[in-house]
Amino acid sequence: MAKVKFGSDAWVQALHNELNTSKAYEDAAKNWEGDFYFVVDPEGPIKEPMYLYMDLWHGKSREAFVAKDKDAKKPAFVMSGHYSKWKKVVSAQLDPIQALMTGQLKLKGNMVMVMKNVKAAQEIVRACTRIDTEFEM
Amino acid sequence: MWFFNSPEIAFGEGALSYLAQLHGKRAYIITDEMMVKFGFADLVRAQLAEADIETRVFAEVEPEPSLDTVRRGAELLRAFEPDWIVGLGGGSAMDAAKAMWALYERPDLSADGISPLEYLGLGKKARLVAISTTSGTGAEATWAIVLSDPAEKRKLGLGSRETLATLAIVDPQFVMKMPPRLTADTGLDALTHAIEGYTSSWCNDFADGMCLKATDLVFKYLPRAYANGDDAEAREKMHNAAAIAGLGFINSMCALAHAMGHSFGGAFHIPHGRSVSLFLPYTMEFAANAGNYRYADLARFIGLDGLNVEQQTRQLIAAVRDLENGLGSNTNVASLGIARDDYTRVLETLLDHAENDTQIVASPRQPDRSELEKLFWYAYDGKPVDF
Repeated sequence: MAKVKFGSDAWVQALHNELNTSKAYEDAAKNWEGDFYFVVDPEGPIKEPMYLYMDLWHGKSREAFVAKDKDAKKPAFVMSGHYSKWKKVVSAQLDPIQALMTGQLKLKGNMVMVMKNVKAAQEIVRACTRIDTEFEM
Repeated sequence: MWFFNSPEIAFGEGALSYLAQLHGKRAYIITDEMMVKFGFADLVRAQLAEADIETRVFAEVEPEPSLDTVRRGAELLRAFEPDWIVGLGGGSAMDAAKAMWALYERPDLSADGISPLEYLGLGKKARLVAISTTSGTGAEATWAIVLSDPAEKRKLGLGSRETLATLAIVDPQFVMKMPPRLTADTGLDALTHAIEGYTSSWCNDFADGMCLKATDLVFKYLPRAYANGDDAEAREKMHNAAAIAGLGFINSMCALAHAMGHSFGGAFHIPHGRSVSLFLPYTMEFAANAGNYRYADLARFIGLDGLNVEQQTRQLIAAVRDLENGLGSNTNVASLGIARDDYTRVLETLLDHAENDTQIVASPRQPDRSELEKLFWYAYDGKPVDF
């Protein structure tokens, strides 16, 4: 299978499909309510920010696409970081919780929901690592 | 990138007197009614009075403090406007003080949303002193906060690196009269912190030494403190061990025994230390069965035999069980008098809460839901983990 370029529509769709076929994610996120922007901040060859939108609801991904601009949606949660940090997270070289705790990734949204659903975050990252991803740098 | 966070720590005989050197105007002491009854709150007030610091006491922290208690205390803090908050007691009082401090500084925060994932901006109104009166939670040295949500019958693992005390007082005078059962439960909590901290997937060079030392201190001195409460040396060493283990685990994180223990303890109202330590040997076996041999380092450090890392690992697990047995602790769930039917009835909730406990994040081996269910049953029956 061909590699999928990180941040592309195909990549977001691949993650959408991974989540919707993952029993582990479905179990872990069964109480999760809230859509996301995963924002990739410009760095190196990445000249413009990327806004990866995912509507995550009770263990399923209802919708996923790359937004053309940040105003396309008003998601409940926004997680952002530079391209190199996302690359490490998606490649399982950086624990996403550690990345957030050290400020390498930033999260805005309802922390009550987050603190009660930590396993869901781990399962999303596991799903990312199952995508054969190609990076720009 | 990672951090090593620690409060200033005043320890040893007479450490409490360091309070008289603080500078400030008003201090709110957050504690429980037993600390008032034992005269401990008055000891603290006397030292603060020497520093010309006006004090008030909130003595309504209950075991497993609730979100409501924290909200109520924070309101009182806002009215009094202290520049020092003093958490006095076991983990419950100190954790409640941390959470009240956060809500005092940030009234817009929700108590169950105190998170390490965002900047809180604490420390603008007050600083925190944590004074431990048990030898186990290490809460005086950590930013972790465990609160209970009675509505969901759930313990919540919360906290932020900003909810770390400015000053920790580790004075053995407070623990000289701890009863044996409390000594055992809290001491085993410290052991669980040390072992899980050393073997977590976030372990690091800075925390390792803390966890090794704390493990050694617990194995040496907990049996003595339990057997003879008047053994002052053992009491002091265990008090130090708890704080050192706290420094260890908070900088490397706890793991599966805490996730399972929080879930189980919240459902059946089992004391924290008893609950997490009950699950410890099972989770150690689970991790070791997948080849986690950092346990062997701990075994060698405390002088256990074993020709190779596999043997040393098994020796450490056996030593934990021997220690628990020697302290008369519960080593399986059934021994707590919990009926199999009652356990079965809440099992799905136990799994949900353990899976989403913050402490599971750094477990050296992550169970899937079916493995987690098996672990809960093996712990119920007291069966060695063979998967």
